[in-house]
Amino acid sequence: MYWAAATALLSHWRRHPVQLATLLLGLALATALWSGVQAINAEARASYGRAASVLDQNRLAQLVERDGDLISADRYALLRRDGWNVSPVIEGDVRFGRERIRLIGIDPLTMPPEGQSVETAEAQDLFDFLSPSGLLIVSPATAERLEGQTAMKLKISGQMPDGAAFADISIADRLLARNGGLSRLVVAPEQALDLGRLDQLAPGLTVRQAGDRPDVAQLTDSFHLNLTAFGFLAFAVGLFIVYAAIGLAFEQRRSTLRTLRALGLSLSAVTVTLMVEILVLALVAGLTGVVIGYGMASLLLPGVAATLRGLYGADVPGTLSLRPEWWATGLGMAIAGTMISSAQSLWRVRNMPLLATAQPRAWARASARSARFQLVAGLLLIAVALTLSFTGKGLAAGFGVLACLLLGAALLLPAILSGFLSIMQGRSSHPLAAWFWADTRQQLPGLSLALMALLLALAANVGVGTMVSSFRLTFVGWLDQRLAAELYVTARDEDEASRLRIWLMDRATTVLPIWNVEGEVLGETLQIYGVANDPTYRDHWPLLRGEKDVWDQIATGRGALVNEQLWRKKGVEIGDQLPLPGGWSVSIVGIYSDYGNPKGQVIIGIDKLAEHYPDVSRLRYGIRASPKAVPALKEQLTGEFRLPSENVVDQASLKQQSRGVFEQTFAVTGALNIFTLAVAGFAMFASLLTLSGIRLPQLAPVWSMGVTRRDLVAFEIARTLALWLATFIAALPVGLALAWVLLSIVNVEAFGWRLPMHVFPADWLQLGLVALAAAGLSILIPLRRLMAVGPSELLRTFANER
Amino acid sequence: MLLSLRNVSKTYATPEGKIEVLKGIDFDLPAAQSVALTGESGSGKSTLLHLVAGLDQPDSGQILVAGRDIAGLGDRGRAAYRRSDVGLIFQQFNLIPSLDVAANISFHARLAGRQDTTWETQLIETLGLTSLMRRYPEQLSGGQQQRVAIARTLAARPALVLADEPTGNLDETTGDTVLGLMLSLTKSSGAALLMVTHSPRLALMLDGSVLLRSGRIA
Repeated sequence: MYWAAATALLSHWRRHPVQLATLLLGLALATALWSGVQAINAEARASYGRAASVLDQNRLAQLVERDGDLISADRYALLRRDGWNVSPVIEGDVRFGRERIRLIGIDPLTMPPEGQSVETAEAQDLFDFLSPSGLLIVSPATAERLEGQTAMKLKISGQMPDGAAFADISIADRLLARNGGLSRLVVAPEQALDLGRLDQLAPGLTVRQAGDRPDVAQLTDSFHLNLTAFGFLAFAVGLFIVYAAIGLAFEQRRSTLRTLRALGLSLSAVTVTLMVEILVLALVAGLTGVVIGYGMASLLLPGVAATLRGLYGADVPGTLSLRPEWWATGLGMAIAGTMISSAQSLWRVRNMPLLATAQPRAWARASARSARFQLVAGLLLIAVALTLSFTGKGLAAGFGVLACLLLGAALLLPAILSGFLSIMQGRSSHPLAAWFWADTRQQLPGLSLALMALLLALAANVGVGTMVSSFRLTFVGWLDQRLAAELYVTARDEDEASRLRIWLMDRATTVLPIWNVEGEVLGETLQIYGVANDPTYRDHWPLLRGEKDVWDQIATGRGALVNEQLWRKKGVEIGDQLPLPGGWSVSIVGIYSDYGNPKGQVIIGIDKLAEHYPDVSRLRYGIRASPKAVPALKEQLTGEFRLPSENVVDQASLKQQSRGVFEQTFAVTGALNIFTLAVAGFAMFASLLTLSGIRLPQLAPVWSMGVTRRDLVAFEIARTLALWLATFIAALPVGLALAWVLLSIVNVEAFGWRLPMHVFPADWLQLGLVALAAAGLSILIPLRRLMAVGPSELLRTFANER
Repeated sequence: MLLSLRNVSKTYATPEGKIEVLKGIDFDLPAAQSVALTGESGSGKSTLLHLVAGLDQPDSGQILVAGRDIAGLGDRGRAAYRRSDVGLIFQQFNLIPSLDVAANISFHARLAGRQDTTWETQLIETLGLTSLMRRYPEQLSGGQQQRVAIARTLAARPALVLADEPTGNLDETTGDTVLGLMLSLTKSSGAALLMVTHSPRLALMLDGSVLLRSGRIA
């Protein structure tokens, strides 16, 4: 019985292969985008977890100085003598030639086994590791980067995250010039019972509990939330296609369903058959989507890895592993999404009277009541978005504003378009023009889901595009200010640096030291830079606000500058005292913009830096010289000092590199934008294709009154373009509002900096042209269908017989 | 003579083979006359009407309307002919669903460039449509829709009105009322009427009738 019923129902798809393809492809695309994004997120999170477990030993509790200072060797010795089973760790960034990596120095003899994620158990390895010349344990990719940059022996470990190295603690102490200062102490799980109290033995030390989330995971949360939001947006757009295709298929099969019921098939048997059919379709499309998603994620992951490195300094491998959790989730989403999209149709079938007639347009004809409901819901959501944007706080509020804004705008679109078409109809004096607008309005319910999807995709494009372009414009201007020196030189060691300083005295206008140390300030590990008292900074440094004599105060050591990130995150203000590592403090005298840096930063006078941190690395310099003299100077530096070309970089190259990093950072956003637009274009195509199948009875009367088929085709093109254009125009303010929310709320919460918003009409024009091309593509097949309609088919609309 | 058909033939290709629907039809219709076209199902009545309406082309023969052969016209020429010279009334009404009654009624006349609001008002009143002007086709009954279709056709003042089973979808009482109105208004507009019908009773209400049998005039 079931098989006979299924045969009858499935025959519909045999007669409508394009409809079937639309449904499967729509669902597959939606699943692909969702599961692709989830694959990327899963890979990145696994990478953070691995890094935290291997590098930070975060599965064990640790002791750190409360004020962020280094732990002295004496304190460590005191704790050991008291019986505390703790192991010292020194960590920091170190430069090998042109490569900068994170170095973690451990003591393999005291480190508990739980903290030794990388094996040094073999006798030879341990011997090499502890030898004075040292051994660096690195990932294969880091080994490749360090090739030729260091004389130290390298051991490759597949467990090591990229961009980091393990070394013996004595090597790390030497390379990082710590003089016995320890970064933290790892606490072994097994401890003696009669230990002394920590606050008495080592006041100032605090316990960091095991299992704390890695810093980078917290930092990148907003980025992954962004990706998930994009993936969900695309998934929702894809579900519009599924909803439309399934709705039409159900309506078209109404007479078949009625016949099946009349022939004795029970209502539950019909419902079960339909549900099985939907499940099979969801499984086929879901599996296809997961496969496409995997391919898409593999393509996007290198870009995402670059973004995460550029924005947060997080290292994520560029290759994807097949994780069961994401493909199972992808398949689950496909099935759940299809069931949700079909729920209304299934409900209608269950409630359909036995003698109900087929109404191929009923699925598309929105009732006046539901249109009113949409309008009210849309207005309410916009009101919530407005309220939240002015009163809400935090990233969740930012995303709340985005969700309400986009959903509200999408719900309002049909009403706005209907109003616009109504006005156009009223203003048309020619009967064909009036018919054109009226007919377009009649098509609106059938197209509104696709148009809403299109609005979302276009608004996302305008919004994200405006944000990225505003960022680019600000970033380029900021780079011009920040990279004021004509040449940047990095010496290979301190001796070379001293010789360089002397050599440059006669050849450069000014030599600006670029020295920095790393330390914990206000509970956060950040960089402290020293600046010379020079007009380069006074004239160019991008200050957001500052006291009148800010540079004098820096020069005399009375003041410090903090970057925007630190200012916003810690809520510090000008005039506040800023405690710095080493037990001294300085007054905040200004705040500067520091785009692209995820962490806080402090600038003090160079003399103070050298005074408080005498071991500061003095390898990097900015050189001011006449631009004309730069090429010769560069040549001399590489010639006389035999410096590698990477160690002598001119301003233009550095700016080019920075812009390159910037463009790569946002490449993934661009790719996701294009994918979303493609799905929306497909939704439009699916809707137009569906409508084209029921257009003849609407067009035939006009044709019979003397309008040629060619003119009707032209009207169909004009109709599609008019709707796309109107949606595009509606998407502009939504996109700009989106950009404002991204720049003023989300970015500030996520990255810690606020950017001025600029508008780029040329970009809109470009997007408009892309949308136009997509509109052209979406109507191509429906139009071909219409053009192929012969008079005999049109006549069938009028004739019952010949 | 307003309409003359000379040796008109039409064949359709079907999966089962070619079907010769019309076999050398000769027929004349004077101006301001009404003629019923009767015959069994499949005799070729609707095909003949579609050829005269310029909706389809004959395989051979001439269709002369006011002395002009429309059989040889191209797509644009036939579209212009439909716009200006004929009015069509169908069994399924074929109103434009996106336009209200008022816009539907004036649509053809405006398309033909000869809207006459006095005549339109007269038609609307006579057909009892005054209270329905702001409604849409889906909000009307079958009889109301057919009255709107008649008003739309006659408002354009065509010289030739072609009707294909105009009362086929209506009950007998409503059908008789609608047909009565159509005949009197066609007469008063001075148009000729060629109406396809199955019903000998309705055929008797017209000036004359022609019987088609197996593609030939009997």
